[in-house]
Amino acid sequence: MKYLNEVPIGSTVKVQKIEGMGPVKRRMMDMGLTKGTEVTILKVAPLGDPLEIIVRGYALSIRKAEAKCVVVS
Amino acid sequence: MKIRIALTGNPNSGKTTLFNALTGSAQYVGNWPGVTVEKKEGRYRAQKEVTIVDLPGVYSLSPYTLEEVISRDYILEEKPDAIINIVDVTNLERNLYLTTQLLETGIPVVIALNMMDIFNKSGDKISIKALSQRLGCPVLPISALKNDGLDPLMKTALELANQKKKFEAVHKFHPTVETALDKVEKILYHNDNANKDLRWYSIKVFERDDKTLKKLNLPRDIVKDIENIIHNAENLLEDDSESIITGERYELIEDICSAVLQKKQTGLSVSDKIDRVVTNKWLGLPIFIFVMWFMYFISVSTIGTIITDWVNEEFFEVIVTDAATSFLESAGAAPWLLSLLVDGIIGGVGAVLGFVPQIMLLFFFISILEDCGYMARVAFIMDRVFRRFGLSGKSFIPMLIGTGCSVPAIMASRTIEQDRDRKMTIMLTPFIPCSAKIPIFTLMAATFFPRNSLVAPSMYFLGIAMVILAGVLLKRSALFKGDPAPFVMELPPYHLPRPKGVLIHMWEKGKSFIIKAGTVILAGVIIIWFLQSFDWSFQMVETDQSILANIGHAISPLFAPLGFGSWEASVSIFTGFLAKETVVATFGVLFGIAEATEETTGLYPHIAALFTPVAAYAFMAFNLLAAPCFAAIGATKREMGTWKWTFIAIGFQTGLAYLVALVIYQIGSAIFYGTNITGAVIVSALIVGAIVYLLFKAYMENKKAVAQN
Repeated sequence: MKYLNEVPIGSTVKVQKIEGMGPVKRRMMDMGLTKGTEVTILKVAPLGDPLEIIVRGYALSIRKAEAKCVVVS
Repeated sequence: MKIRIALTGNPNSGKTTLFNALTGSAQYVGNWPGVTVEKKEGRYRAQKEVTIVDLPGVYSLSPYTLEEVISRDYILEEKPDAIINIVDVTNLERNLYLTTQLLETGIPVVIALNMMDIFNKSGDKISIKALSQRLGCPVLPISALKNDGLDPLMKTALELANQKKKFEAVHKFHPTVETALDKVEKILYHNDNANKDLRWYSIKVFERDDKTLKKLNLPRDIVKDIENIIHNAENLLEDDSESIITGERYELIEDICSAVLQKKQTGLSVSDKIDRVVTNKWLGLPIFIFVMWFMYFISVSTIGTIITDWVNEEFFEVIVTDAATSFLESAGAAPWLLSLLVDGIIGGVGAVLGFVPQIMLLFFFISILEDCGYMARVAFIMDRVFRRFGLSGKSFIPMLIGTGCSVPAIMASRTIEQDRDRKMTIMLTPFIPCSAKIPIFTLMAATFFPRNSLVAPSMYFLGIAMVILAGVLLKRSALFKGDPAPFVMELPPYHLPRPKGVLIHMWEKGKSFIIKAGTVILAGVIIIWFLQSFDWSFQMVETDQSILANIGHAISPLFAPLGFGSWEASVSIFTGFLAKETVVATFGVLFGIAEATEETTGLYPHIAALFTPVAAYAFMAFNLLAAPCFAAIGATKREMGTWKWTFIAIGFQTGLAYLVALVIYQIGSAIFYGTNITGAVIVSALIVGAIVYLLFKAYMENKKAVAQN
């Protein structure tokens, strides 16, 4: 299984599943990270965390710790 | 007949602009009871009997964040007559997600399709008719910024509101989900709370929404039946019920969007190009530092200070004071009245009002940063640093402003969405020495450490160290315990700030400071003035004979373990609540030196007699960390929302100040003066040991958590 935090910058992947539960998972799904959604990793913040990703046509920032819960392919 | 229309939408969808356009200047800001998030209410410009309620910007009606709970409680409990859902057409998919939830509440919804001007320029096409058909509600194109299409929008909204009909959502989910929802509906039909909005409640119960389940308070056997239905659907669709619904919503939206939208493939937008530079790996930090420096330079150290100094030293101390004095004297007012008005109210409140220009300037810049989209990038860049001690990337701005004045700093914490992060920022920001505390440090340093230029600046390091230390410790306390708040944040596209919005925001901040903090300060000022001007038989006396001096004598033993048990020091700490500037001025009054400042050398021998150098340092540390001035306490109350949290904050600050001063004095005296090892020294050593142990434990746990990941 591959996770969103392991994906190289600039590449586009598809969300398979969000692991975990509760507010963090719901929040990520609310923001559009649902099964089958295409996600592009745009960049990493100057200090190495968080990430900036493009999902459903807009820019979203999530921490690496949260990206670790997103299974992608 | 009174009509209420609620305005909802995602953050950055232009909601505030639409609200201002619809209500004109006839608006006011009110607080929701018990919470800190603002609700705005205004009257519709064209029809004053129509109230428009601006709900907080949210992405969803999930039960997890404060703003979401407020929005949905308002819609479900207060039942507005209609909802205007503002939808950013340039970001249709994510915006419609909230819409699908609003449509299920049973309240009639009108969609205001905003940013049509930008959308049309991009060459994309949308079929508004098809969108309206698929959602089952009216859709009206508008541009809030250009004031386009607002009258038809309001006309439709008012028509719907006047019909007072219950709205039925037309969108449907996957057949398996619908079958399950039908079954839940049949069960809930017999519950008095749920049967008025069956569709909404059955979906929420299916999602196992905590808040809804608590409200419905279903009998145990019914809960079991429903649980079976949910389990069944979960097994069939291989996911948990909450995720099933979320996924279904987005699938529905994708389906709608592909039918109504025709997108032209385009390259990088202007906003993308700006962001390439602004949050660039190498340029990001230098640009950030420059922006912060510029904001600080203009509003705190140059223009802001010049205006504030003028207001304080010229306007209030000379012009107003002289005018009031001569007026009262010519009117033959009693000396106590003269003293109350001139020394007490004009002096005290004036010192605070002097900060208004600085606050307005700071908020001018903050509004620009927020409006143009840079604020989200500040959080993006600084998050990594601040997260380590339990704060958010957005805590940086309050901390920076705190070097000028804690009041606007505490107010700036408003931009932090996470409740826990915001409360912690409010509690810790006053540790950053504000400009009013500098004279205390300068006076003490000049008296006791004339050849050591590092003593005064060391207060900054102590302040920052305490923010970090307290942050790490508080994060582990019961108050702030729990999973770290998610940092899932939209980075909105950049756009030019709108002068009108920026000015309104600036004015609102200045006004709320004057009104809200002003009432607390006024009361505080009058009390302190009374205490320092009268004795117990209510005769007017000099300060050293006053009730305040008596209180000073009474409380001074409390400060004896910290090395400053003299009544003069106690009184000065007390008057420091009024404004930290008055600490030095109080010494002047007590030693009979008029108009004392930190440069008044005549003060030095008197001060030197009161403290040992170590005690002086402990005194500085205490003033740095203890409860801030009345104005800042007023701001804390306003932002915390409740007295309980205000007292927690003040208590924590003062308690920590006491411990730090105790440790400095006791251990410092033992080391430098070789005093006997007493109980207090042992206690201090134990405190240091405990803190080191807790920090070490936090560090090890953090390391373990990192290793586990």
